[in-house]
Amino acid sequence: MNDITPDPIDVLAVVDSVKAHAAGGIDIFIGTTRDHSKGKKVVSLEYEAYVPMAMKSMTELENKARQRWNLHEINIVHRIGKVAVGEPSVVIAVSSAHRDDAFQACRFLIDQLKLVVPIWKREYFADGSVEWSMQTHEQPVTHESPQAHP
Amino acid sequence: MESKRITIRLKLFSSAKDLAGFDERLVDIPPDSKSEAVLIYLAKHNPLFERWRTSLRIAVNMEYVDSQHLLHDGDEVAVIPPVSGG
Repeated sequence: MNDITPDPIDVLAVVDSVKAHAAGGIDIFIGTTRDHSKGKKVVSLEYEAYVPMAMKSMTELENKARQRWNLHEINIVHRIGKVAVGEPSVVIAVSSAHRDDAFQACRFLIDQLKLVVPIWKREYFADGSVEWSMQTHEQPVTHESPQAHP
Repeated sequence: MESKRITIRLKLFSSAKDLAGFDERLVDIPPDSKSEAVLIYLAKHNPLFERWRTSLRIAVNMEYVDSQHLLHDGDEVAVIPPVSGG
């Protein structure tokens, strides 16, 4: 599954998409857009993606999660384009026979997504300023692909 | 005789796109160029690329590579600023 979409994310549809009779539980992470950043009021946000690479990267993360945990279904959906404050920007749903696997895989997927998947957030502030959200360009990052958590 | 130059498709996103003022361009580079060549090319458009170099990652054909990765004719080379999805 997995998707990158300009449309609002239907959270229940994402949950439905991972339902499996053999699953004992579904874990879901919903990332929503915040109304503040760096002490300033945010009025709207916009996400940009390198879509083909982001899709490929999400598939790779899914495969890594499947190697590590015993999972039934995974669905990662990320929104792009303009997103109003408070709306879901990312939804990750994982089903598994046992809750530990689902919890751990879901945590792994959102943590890794934020490190490696080529998607960028731009914040529009109430004072009229617009900034790409980033840890900061002053902070060196490795040129290597970040390692997965042990 | 000068050896034939190779052509790559350079793609820029987010802050890198804003810095350079374009999002995609075919670029001719010498054969045997490494991935860091695109950052040197971009620094000619905007010196800030030199300053931000350590925070920019390069992806070739949608895979992250290091700065010494050898480029080939037809490669799609993307400059990836710090990602902020989620």
